[in-house]
Amino acid sequence: MTALGMLPVLILLAVGFHLLSGRFLSVNNLSIVMQQASINTVLAAGMTFVILTGGIDLSVGSILSASAMVGVIVSLWPDVGMLGIPAAIAVGLGCGLINGVIIAFLKLPPFIVTLGSLTAMRGIARLLGNDTTVFNPDLPFDFIGNGNLFGVPWLAIIALVTILVSWVILKRTVLGTWIYAVGGNVEAARLTGIKVPLVLLFVYSMSGLLSGLGGVMSAARLYAANGLQLGQAYELDAIAAVILGGTSFVGGVGSIWGTLIGALIIAVLSNGLILVGVSDIWQYIIKGLVIIVAVGLDRYRLRGLSRT
Amino acid sequence: MNPVVASSPAIAPVLEMQNISKTFGNTRALTKVSLTVYPGEIHALMGENGAGKSTLMKVLSGAYLADPGGTILVSGRPAVTGDPIKARANGIAVIYQELSLAPNLTVAQNMFLGEEPSRLGFVDRADIRKRAEPILKRLGIGFSPNQLVSSLSLGERQMVEIARALTTDARIIVMDEPTTSLTSRETEKLFEVIASLKAHGIAIIYISHRMEEIYALADRVSVLRDSAYVGTLKRSELSAERLVSMMVGRDLSSFYKKEHRAAAHDRQVVLAVKNVGDGRRVHDCSFDACAGEVLAIAGLVGSGRTELARLVFGADHKATGVVTLNGQELSLRGPRDALNAGIAYLTEDRKALGLFLDMTINENINVGVIAKDARPGGFLDFGKAKKRADDAVSSLSIRTKSTSINAGALSGGNQQKVLLARLLETKPRVVILDEPTRGVDVGAKSEIYRIIDELAESGIAIIVISSDLPEVIGIADRVLVMREGHIAGEVVASPDRPIEQETIMALSTGPVGRDTMSAT
Repeated sequence: MTALGMLPVLILLAVGFHLLSGRFLSVNNLSIVMQQASINTVLAAGMTFVILTGGIDLSVGSILSASAMVGVIVSLWPDVGMLGIPAAIAVGLGCGLINGVIIAFLKLPPFIVTLGSLTAMRGIARLLGNDTTVFNPDLPFDFIGNGNLFGVPWLAIIALVTILVSWVILKRTVLGTWIYAVGGNVEAARLTGIKVPLVLLFVYSMSGLLSGLGGVMSAARLYAANGLQLGQAYELDAIAAVILGGTSFVGGVGSIWGTLIGALIIAVLSNGLILVGVSDIWQYIIKGLVIIVAVGLDRYRLRGLSRT
Repeated sequence: MNPVVASSPAIAPVLEMQNISKTFGNTRALTKVSLTVYPGEIHALMGENGAGKSTLMKVLSGAYLADPGGTILVSGRPAVTGDPIKARANGIAVIYQELSLAPNLTVAQNMFLGEEPSRLGFVDRADIRKRAEPILKRLGIGFSPNQLVSSLSLGERQMVEIARALTTDARIIVMDEPTTSLTSRETEKLFEVIASLKAHGIAIIYISHRMEEIYALADRVSVLRDSAYVGTLKRSELSAERLVSMMVGRDLSSFYKKEHRAAAHDRQVVLAVKNVGDGRRVHDCSFDACAGEVLAIAGLVGSGRTELARLVFGADHKATGVVTLNGQELSLRGPRDALNAGIAYLTEDRKALGLFLDMTINENINVGVIAKDARPGGFLDFGKAKKRADDAVSSLSIRTKSTSINAGALSGGNQQKVLLARLLETKPRVVILDEPTRGVDVGAKSEIYRIIDELAESGIAIIVISSDLPEVIGIADRVLVMREGHIAGEVVASPDRPIEQETIMALSTGPVGRDTMSAT
């Protein structure tokens, strides 16, 4: 119920933009929106795991950049260019594991740890690319970024599969229940015998891994990676999607479907505002306001419900 | 305390609530409830959880708007309902269970929070201090108005709340379970303050489950049951049986259950604790717990009972000592190891340390065993979980329509039973229950006693930590008394000679002369 709280907002925005622009709901444009939403959806899925435990991962944008960089560099190797995909994902997973180990076992606050890796990974991404943009016009896995399967963009398929897998983990496995338990009450979780450090290690690793996947997706879309600009502020869009999706910032409450809707709202806003001809500067302002108002309305509605 | 004849007709009531009803959707939370309170009266409000006490007080404080048809007269004049600010201006103040102070502000700042005397928009700190001092003095409070609230104990914070009520000239102060988290010394202090408020003609509406407090304080007691008013007893008419039967609507012939017989299991030692300590609050504690017995740990709050239990359970790291289960020495790295070995612990603070309030009853009951029940690949077995939850709900009589509602929506007693169900699912051989009936209504209490009795009967060793002496005596075969981190003594019940409260009290406070000796 909470999960779909934002669905009306999404529909309202889509219909509104269609009425204003006359072409928002065309097949062509919807395909573009899905592509635009896909990378953020993947990052936000990882972020959902993290926020459900009451944590935060600020490093996803930087990890994405470093992963994309490694992906493109490896893709330039003769004959084995496809290895760029596992290489990028491994970089993401590795970074996530490091975040996770520090947070779970050394017990440092997630905000500080991932703020550190946000900066450090940005530096590493620039280092790897000699602080320039690395291109591969013959990228062997470019179908991921620009191809379709039965008319559906690969990017969107990856995003949907990510959401489905996340849903299965969260709602159908022991680990998923533990994630909710740790976020709901970490001390109670410990007293119940839940391996809290392992749960934390998992969520940050998952977030890292999905950032690596995001790196593959954006490398495949751009045929290039850039250490300085790629992935800048992506963590904010991912967090916004999770929060728009109704996941509690203190953990323990939320759903992955909400996150999908949140990511779609952000993509619809970006795309729709361009179609309507709103300037770049105003897009920022409007997006910010919509996030605040939408979340505010949702929380207000919930408070009203819990009274009765 | 002198029982004042507050209800004499010569004095006009300070509060008359008449025919107050409140419905939420289809649920009736209050049905035509009336309540009359006189100045200088301590009026206790009792009832099981969910009986409507809190709702009635929320109507009084303006947090809820009552349904049309009822009236509230404050000092004879009609008061508007549904407006907290007007209620405050009318002299109604509520001290909530969850204290609502800003920890990083001073005592004085907190007292005037929201109503700061100001000059040109700047808060006049000197003025605040000056105005705070006489109020604190009147309450006989020892701390300075400049002290930060974060440096105060829970009991002291409650005093600040009361002082805050006095800044607005409260004539009616509502206290909702004020002693729940207080030490016995703080409770004493609170009672002194209540007496002085009473002497100043302030009416106190006192909500509590604790009979002793009601006896100590109340001039009159009103009882609610199933959202309706049952009746009011004068101080002279008070009796535990009468109150209990008014609250639950039936007679509780045997409140405490002790039908298990420890002897039947040959007093086989299951758990042996030797010289356990943490180097700070628990020192050199040794005891045994036997199969099928109920061992109580009594002692004052702060005597190290909970700390000892947490050491035995592995929740905290012990500095010294050995815990042996069935003759095998345990090396506990955490609660997980204890649970695997067969020791389960029920926390004293079920909301902060026990329940997952946003998870369903089903999930709360199963969370400790889902890994064991899981299918290959770590997938949840929903069938097994549902069966476990349904069985637990019926065997512990947890009152709920469905196991898929959130645990946070249950009453205190039912929440406690959910936690009990969770720990019983782990099939423990030793169960440590820390204040199992705290904040639980009478009906649920007697059911929890029944559960404890049945568990003992089944051969589980049960350790109950409790501050409620009648409870300790009612259910325990043997009582350990803790004082200042040590086990001060042991009292054993025998059929011909029941344990006496005085014996336990003497051990927990300690004989004055011998105290210096034992300290060396």
